[in-house]
Amino acid sequence: MSLAEAPVAETPAAPARATARLLRSELRLVFGRVRNIVLLAGLAAVPLLIGTVLFITQDTPVAGQGPPFLDRVTGNGVFLVFAALVSCLPFLLPLCVSIVSGDAIAGEAGAGTLRYLLVVPVPRTRLLLVKAFAALAYAGAAVAAIAVVGLVAGAAFFGVGDVVLLSGDTIPLAEGMVRTLGVVAYVIASLTGLVAVGLFLSTLTEVPVAAMASTVVVAIVSGVLDALPQLSAIHPGLLTHHWLDFGEFLRLEIDASTLLAGLAVQAAWVAIFGALAWSRFTTADVSS
Amino acid sequence: MTADVPAAEPAVRTRGLTKRFRSGQVGVDAIDLHVPRGAVYGFLGPNGSGKTTTIRMLLGLVSPTAGSVELLGAPMPQAGPAVLPRVGALVEGPAFHPYLSGEANLRRLDAADATASPATRARRVGAALERVGLTAAAGKKYRQYSLGMKQRLGLAAALLRPRDLLLLDEPTNGLDPQGTREVRALVRELADGGATVLVSSHLLSEIEQVCSHVGIMSQGRLLAQGRRAEIADDGAPEVHVATRSDQRGHLARVLTGLGMTDVRVDGEVVAASLGSVAVEKVAQAVVGDGVDLLGLEVRRPTLEDVFVRLTGEGFDVAR
Repeated sequence: MSLAEAPVAETPAAPARATARLLRSELRLVFGRVRNIVLLAGLAAVPLLIGTVLFITQDTPVAGQGPPFLDRVTGNGVFLVFAALVSCLPFLLPLCVSIVSGDAIAGEAGAGTLRYLLVVPVPRTRLLLVKAFAALAYAGAAVAAIAVVGLVAGAAFFGVGDVVLLSGDTIPLAEGMVRTLGVVAYVIASLTGLVAVGLFLSTLTEVPVAAMASTVVVAIVSGVLDALPQLSAIHPGLLTHHWLDFGEFLRLEIDASTLLAGLAVQAAWVAIFGALAWSRFTTADVSS
Repeated sequence: MTADVPAAEPAVRTRGLTKRFRSGQVGVDAIDLHVPRGAVYGFLGPNGSGKTTTIRMLLGLVSPTAGSVELLGAPMPQAGPAVLPRVGALVEGPAFHPYLSGEANLRRLDAADATASPATRARRVGAALERVGLTAAAGKKYRQYSLGMKQRLGLAAALLRPRDLLLLDEPTNGLDPQGTREVRALVRELADGGATVLVSSHLLSEIEQVCSHVGIMSQGRLLAQGRRAEIADDGAPEVHVATRSDQRGHLARVLTGLGMTDVRVDGEVVAASLGSVAVEKVAQAVVGDGVDLLGLEVRRPTLEDVFVRLTGEGFDVAR
């Protein structure tokens, strides 16, 4: 056959369209990968595990015992969502986010596929954006998996009903669901800074494991620093400091300023590490 | 030809292209590549001579320390988005996602191409796979491909759409002799279709036969480039004459008497630079002088001979 037989588009697709096309392919890659699916399943198993243990032991923890919200799960299954999120936030969620965001560029570089994407050509800024969106989508899926499985398992084990807030006031279940959505959105937004850090570290190396591990380390060190009272001056700016502020959604009067402070810190981390990732990735020699 | 279509514009042109690595080592040293349109350009040199780094700079993967690159008449890397869709490339071996099938890998690359129509994707992917003989293994995971199949998939990726220029870095690596022949045939076919092909190799004999032009790299420098015939003709043809061992001295005197230079006993034969002496005169003179002629051969220098002459070392000596 001759070259002329294979028809292609005459004009390039508009940048937004081309980006969407690449994003679809990227999402298929990220969510089709067995490793990532197993991680998601592992996260989803956490609320199932907590629910099963509480159900079998029929032992309601005393308030203040165990992680926050655990004592309320047996009373109202909705709280299994919150208890599971609190359990996953210190380590499991950052781990999963670090693996996918650290793999974003370094994985392609390590496999050598990066050079072929770039000569297709994919503009480097577009590729970085698509990688960031896909990693963020994965973080969102991870949080959503915990929430959905938590809700279903909570309802199955303990039933759901009107939600008693931290203040003792009661709101209808429907409003409780809206607030749960708010919690999920806030937790996802809380992970954006870590995604940006992972993406930046991913542009520094051709060894994906190195990028993944250093991203986890950033999250853990941030948690350690957050626990040292001597460093209280820097606490408000730490990546992980506001992660558990999602409890704000369970107050009668939600204090928007607390939530906005958390979101602002994430935005700052995203801006700084996004810019670093961009400047590094758009200028680096691709020699892998 | 009209004035606004500069047909003579080369497909690849570099001026003073240089890459100095952070280590201080100069990988590519001020090379002026000139690949005419329609040429099959053999980019030759031992491993480590700077071929791959040069190709990476042509494609905008690596930024040059100095010098400029033009692909199909447009400056790189600035014109990359417009020019690269017309360029197919195989750079330092194939690379794909191991856990995806060959077909899924090609689909992914095609989805990344803003200028490729999704409507024709399946057809073009199928055609590219067929062209390199991978149709039967299309659904197999890349991880399970043999080295030769991986190389073929790399070629298929370069052929996903019509290209005006192909930059093929070591396309025969890992292929068996049959595969190597197929690649040569493919290169010929591409050139016949009007594409310009730059093929790099550290194995001269594998691609020498298909090249119209050659460029010879050694230690980061372009030692020679031009039409293959011209480069090879730079070395004068030699005559190798065989006779019995006790007559070799006599034979050498006869050849010198004919006006040949560089006469020497080279193993079993007496070799000499033919110069302007006609070959038929050599046989007559040798026999006429009573030397038993056991064999006579005129040898044109191969590219490898040219390379050895230019660099003073064997071709397979890596830096």
